[in-house]
Amino acid sequence: MRKVAIYGKGGIGKSTTTQNTVAGLVEMGRKVMVVGCDPKADSTRLLLGGLAQKSVLDTLREEGEDVDLEDIRKVGFGGTYCVESGGPEPGVGCAGRGIITSINMLESLGAYEESVGLDYAFYDVLGDVVCGGFAMPIRDGKAEEIYIVCSGEMMAMYAANNICKGIMKYAQSGSVRLGGLICNSRNVDNEKEMIQELAKKIGTQMIYFVPRDNDVQRAEINRKTVIEWNGAVPQADHYRNLAKAIDENEMFVVPKPLQIEDLEQLLLDYGLLSAA
Amino acid sequence: MLLRHTPKEIKERSALVINPAKTCQPIGAMYAALGIHGCMPHSHGSQGCCAYHRSTLTRHYKEPVPGTTSSFTEGASVFGGQANLLQAIDNIFTVYEPEVVAVHTTCLSETIGDDLPQIRDKAFKEGKVPAGKEIIYASTPSYVGSHITGFSNMVKGMVSCLCEATGKKNGKVNVLPGWVEPSDMTEIKRIAAMIGVDITMFPDTSGVLNGPLTGKHRTFAEGGTKIADIRKAGDAIGTLALGEWASADGARTLDSQCKVPCRILDLPIGLSATDRFVDALRIVGGTSVPAELELERGQLVDVISDMHQYFYGKKVALVGDPDQLISLTEFLVNLDMQPVYVVTGTPGKRFERRIKELTADAGFEVKVKAAGDMFLLHQWIKNGPVDLIIGNTYCKYIARDEDIPLVRHGFPILDRVGHQYFPTTGYTGAIRLLEKMLDAFLDRKDRDTPEKHFELVY
Repeated sequence: MRKVAIYGKGGIGKSTTTQNTVAGLVEMGRKVMVVGCDPKADSTRLLLGGLAQKSVLDTLREEGEDVDLEDIRKVGFGGTYCVESGGPEPGVGCAGRGIITSINMLESLGAYEESVGLDYAFYDVLGDVVCGGFAMPIRDGKAEEIYIVCSGEMMAMYAANNICKGIMKYAQSGSVRLGGLICNSRNVDNEKEMIQELAKKIGTQMIYFVPRDNDVQRAEINRKTVIEWNGAVPQADHYRNLAKAIDENEMFVVPKPLQIEDLEQLLLDYGLLSAA
Repeated sequence: MLLRHTPKEIKERSALVINPAKTCQPIGAMYAALGIHGCMPHSHGSQGCCAYHRSTLTRHYKEPVPGTTSSFTEGASVFGGQANLLQAIDNIFTVYEPEVVAVHTTCLSETIGDDLPQIRDKAFKEGKVPAGKEIIYASTPSYVGSHITGFSNMVKGMVSCLCEATGKKNGKVNVLPGWVEPSDMTEIKRIAAMIGVDITMFPDTSGVLNGPLTGKHRTFAEGGTKIADIRKAGDAIGTLALGEWASADGARTLDSQCKVPCRILDLPIGLSATDRFVDALRIVGGTSVPAELELERGQLVDVISDMHQYFYGKKVALVGDPDQLISLTEFLVNLDMQPVYVVTGTPGKRFERRIKELTADAGFEVKVKAAGDMFLLHQWIKNGPVDLIIGNTYCKYIARDEDIPLVRHGFPILDRVGHQYFPTTGYTGAIRLLEKMLDAFLDRKDRDTPEKHFELVY
């Protein structure tokens, strides 16, 4: 089983990209579980068709410690298993601890057992690696490959670089590696070249460039992944390609994060200069 | 009336716990760790946690308890505890020279999300662990489970960090004793030796927390299971795990990690549970039960039949830890006593089911609660009195207010001695339990009987 975590700046499209890519993997016949590690619990909405799923922590809160796997794991598009970790309401509690609790619970309930027959487990983690809880998926024995979703915008690249620092820390002693950057295009000038250069400097690859297309929004309004909503549109093929690229990926590295000055220089070289 | 505010009327409580019947996970982890020879328990958290856990063990055993701490300050809670733990590991091996450091976490380090496997690995890579020495670890957040969970987690930590399978079986049998007293650990070893089964028991706190006064201080006691023996547990022909709550996780981990088949038994407290333990030992060792053990059993049965009339129909309130309570309940039912209230602070619905099964045909109604508290037990007693309470020292408040005899059993016992030295496991241990209960009943009878009915002979 390959264990994959998706990180990236807030609002960059991690959940959308993850679910659409998972749909692509499912089409290829892979068995996938998606674990949403975001207190908003919106990481599996497209796969489940908008079903309001009860999160692990909600279930724990309401039913106590005797929880069954069926209570927290739902079946979505193409037989994917969907789990939402959930978390406290905004402004209170400790979401990081919530993620630790959820993943430990999935393990003890046997969600990763060989008998389940998973090819992939995807962790969709909110935002940055801000504390130990949000690093839970990249600890030893959990996710082993990381993909960072980013775009040509300064802050997205800054966040990607920051996430690499977290990966580097855990890669020293564990098996976690960076699999590549996924560019989720924002139609910034020279975006593709810039992310390719960023990837090169970090020591990884831009595994795919996902162009911007309003079909993604149309599918989302219908609470579906693009492939399920209309598999014939060009965007569906892009997600299929991304799924294939991940499936065939063999480049796993310990990233080398950039200094902030180098990152700014990169933007000057590719973005601002040519725009001016 | 120290508990005069406890009302008779029982109201549903959703969150509040009053006078809990459990304590922190790390206390259990620390107790388990002390059962390894030359082991320094290390508390990865603030100093207060470590101080409380050590002092509770010291109050229970009347022995000094070694322990070190990562000494978290505000800085550690912001930046994580890795730097503190690495420094601590360096200091501990330099200053105290233990064979092994057993790190357990605390609520704070768990909430920060410190990754113990990663920090342990780093300590090895940075050469902070001298050759041949070990670090084992367990995650022990106290907002999950109880001290029993902590004990179980540390036993599991011993297995996952130490046990190896070389592929060649060594003919020995592992016994995971569960959370029992040092005296009980001695008793379990004695029974196995009598039957002629070569066992490796871990943890083993005998000779650690019931040591002699020699006039000389030493940081690490004589006793405890050697690391080398725990390593070899992976080559054993089987594991007997005593107590589902305290030992089963460790045994199952050993099974999946080293393919050592395991059997989960109840703690050998009372006649039937000891019978099952003896039988399991006999089968796994391919031996027969020796005459001297049959003698001890015979003596137990004799005491039961001689004094049965004083046990018959007596109502008992039990409070303590799940593994102990299951065996005690069965024993009391065997004696025709009525354990009418059974409370543990450790969560787990299976516990309630098991107690109900054990009392199903006994002809009385049992009230049982897992994740319960002493307050509830006291309210039950106010609504329907009992003849005896069996539980830890904290029960003395209820016993005094309600004028009910108390037999101390379980953890912690802060105000009496004996538990360190005299077992309640095995057949002789069962005789000791009978003696304690009889003393309580008959002292009460001698106190309360009118003069004209005062008896010389019972």
